[in-house]
Amino acid sequence: MESLISVEHLKKYFATQKAVDDISFKIYKGSIFGMLGPNGAGKTTLLRMITGIFYPDSGEILFNGKKFNPSNDAAYIGYMPEERGLYKRMKIGEQAIYLARLKGLSRADAVQKIRYWFEKLEMQSWWNKKVEDLSKGMSQKLQFVTTVLHEPQLIILDEPFSGLDPVNANLIKDEIYRLSQKGSTIVFSTHRMEQVEEICDHIVLINKGTKILDGTVRQVKQDFKENLFQIGFENHPHSLPPNQIFEVAGTTDHSLVVKIKDGYKPHDVLQYLLSQQHEIVLFHEILPSLNDIFIRLVEGTPLSRQFQPVVA
Amino acid sequence: MDKIWLIIKREYLTRVRNKTFILSTFLLPIVMILFIGGVILLTVKSVDQYKIAVNDASGMFKDEFKSTKMVLYDYRSDINEKNYMKEGYSGILMIPILHKEKKDTIRLISEKQLGLMTDDAIRKEINKAVEDRMFQDRGIDRRVIDSIRENSENSVYEFRSLQVKGGQVKESNSGRSYGIGFACGILIYITLFIYGAAVMRGVMEEKMNRIAEVMISSAKPFQLMMGKIIGIAAVSLTQFLMWIVLMSVLSTALTAFIPHDMIQQAQQVNQNMPNMAQNNSMAFKILEFKNVFSDVNWGLLLFCFLYYFLGGYLFYSALFAAVGSVVNEDPQEAQALMLPITMPIILSFIVMSIAASTPSSPVAVWGSIIPFSSPIVMMARIPYGVPGTVPYWQLALSMVLLFLGFLFTTWMSAKIYRTGILLYGKKVNFRELGRWAFRRS
Repeated sequence: MESLISVEHLKKYFATQKAVDDISFKIYKGSIFGMLGPNGAGKTTLLRMITGIFYPDSGEILFNGKKFNPSNDAAYIGYMPEERGLYKRMKIGEQAIYLARLKGLSRADAVQKIRYWFEKLEMQSWWNKKVEDLSKGMSQKLQFVTTVLHEPQLIILDEPFSGLDPVNANLIKDEIYRLSQKGSTIVFSTHRMEQVEEICDHIVLINKGTKILDGTVRQVKQDFKENLFQIGFENHPHSLPPNQIFEVAGTTDHSLVVKIKDGYKPHDVLQYLLSQQHEIVLFHEILPSLNDIFIRLVEGTPLSRQFQPVVA
Repeated sequence: MDKIWLIIKREYLTRVRNKTFILSTFLLPIVMILFIGGVILLTVKSVDQYKIAVNDASGMFKDEFKSTKMVLYDYRSDINEKNYMKEGYSGILMIPILHKEKKDTIRLISEKQLGLMTDDAIRKEINKAVEDRMFQDRGIDRRVIDSIRENSENSVYEFRSLQVKGGQVKESNSGRSYGIGFACGILIYITLFIYGAAVMRGVMEEKMNRIAEVMISSAKPFQLMMGKIIGIAAVSLTQFLMWIVLMSVLSTALTAFIPHDMIQQAQQVNQNMPNMAQNNSMAFKILEFKNVFSDVNWGLLLFCFLYYFLGGYLFYSALFAAVGSVVNEDPQEAQALMLPITMPIILSFIVMSIAASTPSSPVAVWGSIIPFSSPIVMMARIPYGVPGTVPYWQLALSMVLLFLGFLFTTWMSAKIYRTGILLYGKKVNFRELGRWAFRRS
């Protein structure tokens, strides 16, 4: 797979903390990439470097294999920052055209594309209204449209779902998915693990300026699995005699949760249970949720970033 | 370059289409002209002619008082303090038999106060008559006195103030130069405040709205800052142009509506008033102004005005942009940071008023060369004559320094802007600003 963005040994130090402390990873073309991490981890700083807003103190960013050049490459990138903002008193249609043209679209193209998106997301009546007339959710929808309007190769969304009600959140999620199908690469930074699990291909977990996870969702889950299986019985036994293959980790109303011991496979569990004349109706692996993994990895570190003087 | 142009266009169009802009551009000249018209009408209307009866017991003043539009003198010996009103007079001048040895009192009696103007006019007439009398008593013929009086400046000698430099001779009119210089200085002073503040507000809006980040992912901070500054410069030029056009059109209309002699009368009335009461309103100043179109070098004046107008604006607006980028929601912070910028502007105004009356003083010269004050101060000096009062080298030096100054402030502010616009919630002091400005990018 080709990498669209390659980040190598990036560092960005501020006076009071090392926001980004030697981070490297690759973002592959056409993937949906999740950047996760607790508050203050350095996600926004990283994203700002990728968009060319900040310059790294050291390290390199490659865009499409070449050194990243903000003024040229900005046209291929769409960025929706965490702090949403648009000109309040400018008319919506006009503003969308303005932002699109700054990205290099011609006026005609911009108008056509805006019409397309407005129709798609049922925003046609907004054209002549002002941004200050919109509710928060509406203005976020609008901002999303302005971000993806110029069909950028790379779409960067910082906390795209914050402040959205479930309906709109779902809408945006579907659009993200569709855009990715059409070939765009999407990076989003979030806390919402459920969303990440649903649509991300690849994730990176950042804490205190360093990378602590890097891999596909499936891979990460596999890495952290604990060999837990849920078994549903026709007649719930409520307990099983201890044995060498597994131990019972928990029960629910309709099933048991067992942890397979080292050296044994799920197959062995099934065989054992069948030999005990149990009727199995359900048997599947419980993979850890990203939420659990996140908490596990980040636990033990202070919940918010502390400020310390930086000795460079 | 394309992007700056897009930004300039947007900044210009959003402001020019704004209702406030349209209102202020059109209303101001209309209000001003109405005001002037009103003042003229009022002044003229306020002049009633008072009929004063003169009861001259001394017999000295017979036919001495000259009636004017303001006061009509009627010599009657049959009228006194008791019946003057019945006879239709507003007041009576009681002149007793005058003794040489003691001071007698000439009384002006009226029911209502006749006003300062009338009082003064009557007093002047009396003084004149007494003077005449005293000359006559010493044997100086009345006709001699009259002819001396009539010999004003222009018949015995002519006073001309000339500026001579090298081979060039130029008529100088200090009063006029003062007026033009002062007016230009004020205009630029006001401009700096209005449009400089507009730049600052625009920058603050982008920061508050959080749109700064989106913009910076599409364009360089420098392009954003300059686009805004130039866009607002265009707005200011547009507004100025409209004002000039409107003022000329409307004031011509005014002279069409109000007959010329009424205007002259109003001016005369104004001049005849005792100095303290003179209505030195802008209205009259502007009127006097219109008569003075002779040999001022309008081409040079206009060119210099535009240069300093734009140069001063560019110089200061960069600084305003820097301040705007650093301010958070606290309006007091904005005030505090604005102070070091507004102080030089106000100081320049003070220097300018000195320069307008003494254009060659060292204060004026230096003030017109240093970029902080030159836009305002130099304009006050130029009407006095280039190259006379303002030698070519001074003008050139001043212009070059202003240009360099604007380059410097823009460069410095761009650095501050780029860092400040994305920094939220952090209070910045000047030392930090200095660090940002001079740190290698």
